[in-house]
Amino acid sequence: MAPKTAKTAQKRGRPPKALKNAKTLKNDVPETDVLTSLYHDMLLIRRFEEKAGQLYGMGEIGGFCHLYIGQEAVVVGLQSVAEEGDSVVTSYRDHGHMLACGMEAAGVMAELTGREGGYSKGKGGSMHMFSREKNFYGGHGIVAAQVPIGAGLAFAHKYKGDGKVNMAYLGDGAVNQGQVYETFNMAALWDLPVIFVIENNQYGMGTSVNRAAAGLDLCDRGKGYGIPGMQVDGMDVLAVRAAGEIALEHCRSGKGPYILEMKTYRYRGHSMSDPAKYRTREEVDSMRKQHDPIDQLKEMLLREGVDEAALKELDKQVKQVVTGATDFALSSPLPHEDELYTDILVENA
Amino acid sequence: MAIEIKMPALSPTMTEGRLSRWLVKQGDEIKSGDLLAEIETDKATMEVEAVDEGVVTEILVAEGTDNIAVGSVIARLSGDDDTENNTADAAADNSDASSEAPAALQVAEAAPQAPAVPAAPVVAQIAEELDWDGPTKTMTVREALRDAMAEEMRDDERVFVMGEEVAEYQGAYKVTQGLLDEFSDKRVIDTPITEHGFAGLGVGAAFGELRPIIEFMTFNFSMQAIDHIINSAAKTLYMSGGQMGCPIVFRGPNGAASRVAAQHSQCYASWYAHCPGLKVVSPWSAADAKGLLKSAIRDPNPVIFLENEVMYGQSFEVPDHDDWTVPIGKAKVVREGTDVTITAFSIMVGRALEAAEALAQQGISAEVIDLRTIRPLDVETITASVRKTNHLVCTEEGFPFAGVSSEIAMQIMEHCFDYLDAPVERVTGKDVPMPYAENLEKLALPQVDEILQAVHKACYREGGR
Ligand SMILES: Cc1ncc(C[n+]2csc(CCOP(=O)(O)OP(=O)(O)O)c2C)c(N)n1
Ligand SMILES: [Mg+2]
Repeated sequence: MAPKTAKTAQKRGRPPKALKNAKTLKNDVPETDVLTSLYHDMLLIRRFEEKAGQLYGMGEIGGFCHLYIGQEAVVVGLQSVAEEGDSVVTSYRDHGHMLACGMEAAGVMAELTGREGGYSKGKGGSMHMFSREKNFYGGHGIVAAQVPIGAGLAFAHKYKGDGKVNMAYLGDGAVNQGQVYETFNMAALWDLPVIFVIENNQYGMGTSVNRAAAGLDLCDRGKGYGIPGMQVDGMDVLAVRAAGEIALEHCRSGKGPYILEMKTYRYRGHSMSDPAKYRTREEVDSMRKQHDPIDQLKEMLLREGVDEAALKELDKQVKQVVTGATDFALSSPLPHEDELYTDILVENA
Repeated sequence: MAIEIKMPALSPTMTEGRLSRWLVKQGDEIKSGDLLAEIETDKATMEVEAVDEGVVTEILVAEGTDNIAVGSVIARLSGDDDTENNTADAAADNSDASSEAPAALQVAEAAPQAPAVPAAPVVAQIAEELDWDGPTKTMTVREALRDAMAEEMRDDERVFVMGEEVAEYQGAYKVTQGLLDEFSDKRVIDTPITEHGFAGLGVGAAFGELRPIIEFMTFNFSMQAIDHIINSAAKTLYMSGGQMGCPIVFRGPNGAASRVAAQHSQCYASWYAHCPGLKVVSPWSAADAKGLLKSAIRDPNPVIFLENEVMYGQSFEVPDHDDWTVPIGKAKVVREGTDVTITAFSIMVGRALEAAEALAQQGISAEVIDLRTIRPLDVETITASVRKTNHLVCTEEGFPFAGVSSEIAMQIMEHCFDYLDAPVERVTGKDVPMPYAENLEKLALPQVDEILQAVHKACYREGGR
């Protein structure tokens, strides 16, 4: 690819106020049915994750299990403005992303329980699931490995000229890995259509972001490469949507990568076996009480005149989906032992 | 309907715990997310949140109770109708709920069970190699590799080459010479010095249905990227339940060059061959280099293609054929013999042939096998030879411990121990980081003389160590 000579003056990575800009750019509240579907999608993730936590407690799910509770607005908001064919890649904290990509709750839950009916036939588990059909490319257990992979998917989008964008989700801890900067450089150098979505949930395991990350706000980590960045209230699904539209439009029009720093919060421990003693219960409670993405949207829906009974009905439907997924995940058989030696190489190619 | 609250498992290894404190009491109304109790596991004290909603009707285990088994009922809630589908054992109550499962994932109701007999690994079908007696062209290994890439790029739009100095500079060792001119910078791409990044990017591009050829300037630098090679490329097919493979070639010079010392002289054959999910190829001749690289590019799996800098300039006859391929997984008998089998790959094939020539002078008939592919290893060709010669000497440039030779020796014990007239011998690189000094480097690398000694020993001849 031709070496970059002059890059158009990039917007400076913007401080949190920029979020307000993003909002005012597209300030109109979306139609009620859009709001309702955002509510539904977030609630599905919440209930799914609660159930996963419960199944873990019952010993039906083993190993590592990283719940997404609290962060629902990020993936739901962004995927709601993505286009069919845009690809997604993320870390091990991936259940919400899979549901938001349209993967079946039953297949995801059955993978969590390690059963034949799971998306990876029970061989991948919580951290490793994929769906080519839904353009979901994992589920990666190595911190930050998904970042260059996302750029590679974007490279393929550009190469094929299909007009699609990749969303590569990473954590506030992952953002310190060297390969992230190798990727930023290449993505900017080659104008790859990739959005680096930094889900800043304030902690990488037990280390708070200010104990791990030096320097500027994370949204500014692309500055040296000329990658524009924006900080977004990741607990506000509408703010996430508005920011997503800007970033997607930037990538789709050929201007290269974009960084979205989503300020968010996870309510549960890092994984199921994390007692989360590095933060106070008050901190968690205040996030929950004052910033919960689902409660906030629910209030808005009620303000917009949606009737409470309709929301209850939706709640009921979501519970049914989760119950159905759970039944499936508990009744699907264990994978056949023959599977031990399958899928190692593509055979008879 | 009553909801049972059970003692939860809070870590992968927890079987029981202590209920240190109740945070609710009888009669309390509970919402999902409320704290119920503090539970002490073997590792930590954790707070347990409610999933279900309702009123606490019974507390069955007193505060301070030890050794409560995971799964035992510790409290009961009264549920209202709304919560009935959300109980822990809703699964059992709700027989038609499985209709929620997506059709594609529907599985007949069956108790989880483990079938009795684990299968053996599937033995891959290997295509037959073309027996070529047509015209040939003399060319170097370097040209053969370049031609292989150019031909595949002409044939398949999805193939691209990426690496450090592969484009403008024409390749650090000139292997990609001329490719930029023919295929443009869309398909021949210079990267920053960013191995981990571009190896991962290559994996992503392969997931995105392209056919990347990722060049490492030398394989020593692949250690920067080994996480993506093993964790991202090799394992994804398995982890995705067969949905998503990773058709990618990682190629570049491997092993010792000359006087580049410890950090730049290492053979990675056994490193990568150790890992299921990868194919590992390491050719010697130009004809094999060309044919195997073409096969590697077409292979739907990740292939590690180990070249050798010292070999790049050596010339061989290459079939004058417009689509010369050599199947991966097939060794080649490069010299027939009856008294001893010598296995080798890459640069060691030349040394093994030299040794065979010297042995012939001494009246020992050596059969030399060029492994060509390290994984999947062509055990059949090796065992057929050992059944005939009854003696085996394995050679490689890499370290001895857990090396390719160790694996061959083991395979021979498993497959034809009874045919061996003497223990297997190996000639390998020494078990030391590569020294810089010329004399020491020579000592560190396996030499023809050592092969002769090993053969003598295996055949109980004089001069054997
Ligand atoms: C290369 C690597 N180092 C360490 C780990 C162990 N580990 C798993 S998650 C994690 C913290 C990551 O935090 P962050 O990126 O903020 O993501 P979050 O878990 O908050 O979603 C660590 C250290 C790993 N998986 N991979
Ligand atoms: Mg984090």
